[in-house]
Amino acid sequence: MKNTIAERILDFLKGFPPFDALTYDQLFTIASQVKVLYLEKDSYVFKQNEGLHDSFYVVKDGGIGVYRDNNLVDECDEGDIFGLRALIRKDHYLLDAKAIEESIVYSMSSKVLEDIIITNPKANQFLIASFATNTRNPYSKEDKGTLFANEDFLQPNTSSFSEIQSAKFSKNPIVCQAHTIIKEACLVMSHNKVGSIVITQNKQPIGIITDKDLRNKIATGLHAITHKVEAIMSTPVITFPPTITVAEAQIAMLKNDISHLCITKDGTPNSELIGILSEHDIIVIHGNNPSVLIKEIKRATSTEQLKYIREKAQELLNNYIEQHIPISFIANIISAINEAITKRIITLSITETNQEPPVPFAWLAIGSQGRKEQLLLTDQDNALVFEDVAENQKEIANAYFLTLAKAINNKLNTVGFELCPANMMASNPKWCLTVSEWKAQFKNWVTHPDADKIMLCNIFFDYDMVYGNHQLVDEMSSSIFEAIESYEIFLNFMSRNALKNPAPLSFFRSFLVEDSGEHKDQFDIKARAIMPLVDAARILVLSHKIKDINSTIARYQKMETLEPQNKDLYASCISAFRILLRFRTQQGLKHDDSGRFIDVNSLSKADRLKLKGCFKPIKDIQELLKTRFKLSQLL
Amino acid sequence: MNWFKHKTYPNFYNAYAESFKHQRKSLEATRFVVFDTETTGLNPNQDYILSIGTVTVQDFNINVADSLECYLQQDHFNAETVEIHGLLKAGNITKIEETKAIKLFLKHIEGAVLVAHHIAFDVAMINQALKRMDLPKLKNKLVDTGQLYKNTKYVKEDKHYSLDQLCNTFNITMHDRHTASGDAYLTAVLFLKLSALLKKKKNRDLRLRDY
Repeated sequence: MKNTIAERILDFLKGFPPFDALTYDQLFTIASQVKVLYLEKDSYVFKQNEGLHDSFYVVKDGGIGVYRDNNLVDECDEGDIFGLRALIRKDHYLLDAKAIEESIVYSMSSKVLEDIIITNPKANQFLIASFATNTRNPYSKEDKGTLFANEDFLQPNTSSFSEIQSAKFSKNPIVCQAHTIIKEACLVMSHNKVGSIVITQNKQPIGIITDKDLRNKIATGLHAITHKVEAIMSTPVITFPPTITVAEAQIAMLKNDISHLCITKDGTPNSELIGILSEHDIIVIHGNNPSVLIKEIKRATSTEQLKYIREKAQELLNNYIEQHIPISFIANIISAINEAITKRIITLSITETNQEPPVPFAWLAIGSQGRKEQLLLTDQDNALVFEDVAENQKEIANAYFLTLAKAINNKLNTVGFELCPANMMASNPKWCLTVSEWKAQFKNWVTHPDADKIMLCNIFFDYDMVYGNHQLVDEMSSSIFEAIESYEIFLNFMSRNALKNPAPLSFFRSFLVEDSGEHKDQFDIKARAIMPLVDAARILVLSHKIKDINSTIARYQKMETLEPQNKDLYASCISAFRILLRFRTQQGLKHDDSGRFIDVNSLSKADRLKLKGCFKPIKDIQELLKTRFKLSQLL
Repeated sequence: MNWFKHKTYPNFYNAYAESFKHQRKSLEATRFVVFDTETTGLNPNQDYILSIGTVTVQDFNINVADSLECYLQQDHFNAETVEIHGLLKAGNITKIEETKAIKLFLKHIEGAVLVAHHIAFDVAMINQALKRMDLPKLKNKLVDTGQLYKNTKYVKEDKHYSLDQLCNTFNITMHDRHTASGDAYLTAVLFLKLSALLKKKKNRDLRLRDY
């Protein structure tokens, strides 16, 4: 029978996870069982300690606030699910759910939930994730970490091209017979420089020996090298057809805890062996092993070579992001590669000048490069410091380092790091100074702060020495702290500046988007979400006089140990920062830009949920700055 | 032979009539059936029901599972109204005979309070169908959301408020307008909103007679 109302409800639900993972028939059944609740503002769906309802809820229109002891802990709007936790735990409600505005809510029976959990793994995963997010409270011991633990969980399973492409296996596999003596088989393996040998019978694979077997079964003395291979071979072998994809191969290796797969004509053990696919082959496909890249960088003799390597690093980044490798790890690898490239360029450039530097110097990466948080190729930010020289030598030294810097900037540009439009580069005479000049400059910035100088502090205080003399950099760092000590209110100015970008949610629900200009109606993830966290971390470590910790994550980690009472807040800042950085990188890779401006409407519900989860720590850390630096008086 | 003796009615009608004898008075226990009919025209004496859609409200929740949606076979066809309700004489929706639809409907509204927007017309259409089946008129208590709207306000004006107007006033997203079920659903949401308003105006829990 036709059911217009159920169809309409279905149309709504199918746009939101977990319902989007269900079949039409499943959804129709669910939709036709829905109860529709109309809630006036301030009326409750359930109250703390109330007995369990036999249902969970999805917001259709309006907004439902979830409260713990009258503190708003979450806010659900269109498509959000709430009331799951009690249902899953089969316990009374720990939270209040109250309409923040007039709302319409779909109520669904717990039976539906059970069906979803049993029948659909994807939907099931999402429910568990929402279960965590909907009851999130970064400060409660019980739920700690659950929100952010789902960072990867909420991402759609994008299978990368490389994972679905068919795997390239080694043809002409090395084989022997079952009665071959182990020693002979090993000689064959050695001769062919392979880590495995397949035992065949009528060209069909019946067993395999790998380096691991030799280690575990021979070297331990369990078998003698004079035995036949059949004594130690693993059998039966795992076989696949030549069409095997990289993803399939990886799964098969993981599942069977093996590192070699046999490729046969029809994929069964009963057909001819035509190849062997090793874990190493898979790594080669994912390619671009970072240590190999770094070696190549060190050997590079031209900028063109470095450019090629940097492009490979970009592929590596792509793969890492797709494989959900932890973002701090990715940032470290990419920074190490960028740093190695810069170092190589500096040595190449010095060689080109045909002259040793007149005095020791150091090359500094500044801004996000200095913090090692730059994953995408953006413009370069750098500076140069050199030792004080006698007045009559000054001109020569200046000229040398400016020429050198110019060469380095140009080479970096060739490699792919565009020239900085704001000219924050060492080739700019303003940022190529002696250590005394830098110290004077820092002192001036700190003791006479204005908006521009604060901005410069934000960029230059995050420096990281890439090449050169460490002593000079230490001196610079000490001078910053001396300056701050002499003029402590500087940190208050800095904090006030950090609060210029308010927490990214406008009165709770919608993303703050740009209201004019080229990026109108887009969300500026850098200015509104990443920078507030970066700025706060910098101010906090400066206030503790912590030197040499430049990355935002490391800074918050340091703060966790320095202020255990705020540990949970700092931990949530770290998690939020990781999510935001990954998100920006993904967006940048997807749109081939800096990833900074995001069209919120193009995001999936899950992504919006994930982003919104990051905003609470931002708000909280800003509150902390406000209180700590008594900004209510200053503002 | 007694021509004036009460007629005997079929069982389904007796069951329907019986359901009002022991009506409970509590509002929470009351089952409201919100309904709408699509018709070939606006004259109950000559036009016919094309479809009936209902949704029930109990304890101030709309229960989608407890709803009825049926399409009636048409011997009478008015091409002019097709563009309003979109129902073709043939079409691919399963249609049933009018008598069967009325039987289903009576069963569905047993013991319920009927709610509709400008309910007099819908009731007149149903009663006309009952008359064709040689049955008496509907016995349910009736609530008209048009009238309810006026009750929630202090306006005395005798203005006619269309469902469209009220959906706009109350911010109800209109879907499936001019299908019986769609309109019934919109009316049900309107009914909930009006009930909340009425409650606020009375400043106490509502009783059935408030409607």
